[in-house]
Amino acid sequence: MESIIKGRVWKFGDNISTDHIAPGRYFHLRTNLPELAKHVLEDADPEFPKKVRPGDIIVAGNNFGLGSSREHAPRIIKIAGVSCVIAKSFARIFYRNAFNIGLPLLTADTDKIDEGDELEIDLEKGIIKDLTKGITLESTPIPPFMMRLLEDGGIVEHIKKHGDFKVD
Amino acid sequence: MGKTMAEKIIGEHAGKDVKAGEIVVAKVDVAMVQDGTGPLSVQVLKEMNMERVFDKKNTVLFLDHATPSPRKELSNAHKILRDFSDKTGAYLSDVGEGVCHQRLVESWASPGQLIVGADSHTCTSGALGAFATGMGSTDVAIAFALGKVWLRVPETHRFYIHGEFPEGVYSKDLILHIIGTIGADGATYKSMEFYGPTIDKMTMESRFTITNMAIEAGGKTGMIAPDETTKKYLEEMGRGEKYREIKSDDDAIFEKEYEFDVSEIEPTISFPHTVDNTRTITEAKKENIRIDQVYIGTCTNGRIEDLRVAAKIIDGNKVNKKTRLIVIPASRRVYIQALKEGLLEKFVEAGAAIESPGCGPCVGIHKGVLADGERVLSTQNRNFKGRMGNPNAEIYLGSPATAAATAIEGKIADPRDYL
Repeated sequence: MESIIKGRVWKFGDNISTDHIAPGRYFHLRTNLPELAKHVLEDADPEFPKKVRPGDIIVAGNNFGLGSSREHAPRIIKIAGVSCVIAKSFARIFYRNAFNIGLPLLTADTDKIDEGDELEIDLEKGIIKDLTKGITLESTPIPPFMMRLLEDGGIVEHIKKHGDFKVD
Repeated sequence: MGKTMAEKIIGEHAGKDVKAGEIVVAKVDVAMVQDGTGPLSVQVLKEMNMERVFDKKNTVLFLDHATPSPRKELSNAHKILRDFSDKTGAYLSDVGEGVCHQRLVESWASPGQLIVGADSHTCTSGALGAFATGMGSTDVAIAFALGKVWLRVPETHRFYIHGEFPEGVYSKDLILHIIGTIGADGATYKSMEFYGPTIDKMTMESRFTITNMAIEAGGKTGMIAPDETTKKYLEEMGRGEKYREIKSDDDAIFEKEYEFDVSEIEPTISFPHTVDNTRTITEAKKENIRIDQVYIGTCTNGRIEDLRVAAKIIDGNKVNKKTRLIVIPASRRVYIQALKEGLLEKFVEAGAAIESPGCGPCVGIHKGVLADGERVLSTQNRNFKGRMGNPNAEIYLGSPATAAATAIEGKIADPRDYL
């Protein structure tokens, strides 16, 4: 996994739920993730699935990913090409699911970042540079075990590599 | 230094002393998926070449979210789980058996267990003194094969509940009130432990409603220490031998402590589109909100006690002409009991539609999807935009009593007017 990420920002507010990300009315598409990904975040911004490009970054407020345990939510964000999600805070089932499937998340004060800004992120150091604004933001460090999951490419690759969980 | 219930249970399953904040690997007693999350778990196990289960009896595949199947894609998703059950021996809970969380508390969950489920409301089983938590499809897939998971031991927020419930106020109103107070992220990744004289007097059914909604405050789980009520419930469900005591030590570290006096609580409603957007019924009634559909059911409030309360209010009344009432018992057991007691007859005579046990319209795919601009009052646990299948509809949450009163009046109504 690349430790330096560069991309353009799509900005969302507080309490973006897994129903916003993967709406229940597409329940029947859960076994067809590329199709489901065509509706990613549709209920937060109906145009988002058409606008998002590979490498883009989602920036949000508090409690991103609250609600259901559906892992389809982080998976379709990743399939849509999003390279990283930065939020003030994350709901924890979503947080865990994202690292398990190799989608990096950073926790930071996102107030100063606006839609369309270009960001450069150093995942390992947790540093976010807003190139548009010329400012640097610090994020809460990713716990070492979660970092290891990202480096291994998710929990499936982690288990394949180590034969078991390697938490210490 | 003492330990919390969560630390004790996780420690027993990790085979060592643990404290909040540590990341550990722990054995699981029960692991489950449902038809919305399970097919992805099966796909993950195939990719890992690990299509096996650690314990046939305690690996459960629930068909409940879209049952009976409304369309071929979902029938095929069900078939993935049926085939997996045939191949591995995992238990398949088929169409009509009921909602996973209700079935878990009826037939699996027991004090001191560690339970993981690919459904966020797995926390429901915590009312029996288990550490039960929702995870993603991949986590649970790995638990199926290896019989263990990795966990960060959560800190505990403790809720002391005291006072007598006023008439017309129930455990649903209490948990909505708590979430309205602490916020939808008020307990993010915390174990929420409920205790005190009001909890002691509460039935298991009312307790399940509380722990079911721990996730709506962001909680990792909701827990209640087992007691005589727990013991009697387990005996009634045919596994009294599974009873054991387990509780937090008085000198354990509780990150936060709250106190709620239920005698001060009114019937409570969550307004769209977040669970913590709560109002009292007195405030809600002032807005004169017309309701197109009422839903009584789900893992939150589809139990026999809920149907009794609602049937008593609905008895002799008619569902408002401008409103539809849908009633779904949470499980086959609840369904049979409701039939025996004549509760379903009362609903049907009043004009309700009864559907077979399962999640029903809460999932947004069948059995009562709303039209653009419509409003529903439901006894379910969450009201996010789009939750019930239409982002242009509004979802209000309340107790079964509030739901029954609302079905009669066709607008958000005070159940106390019917007691």
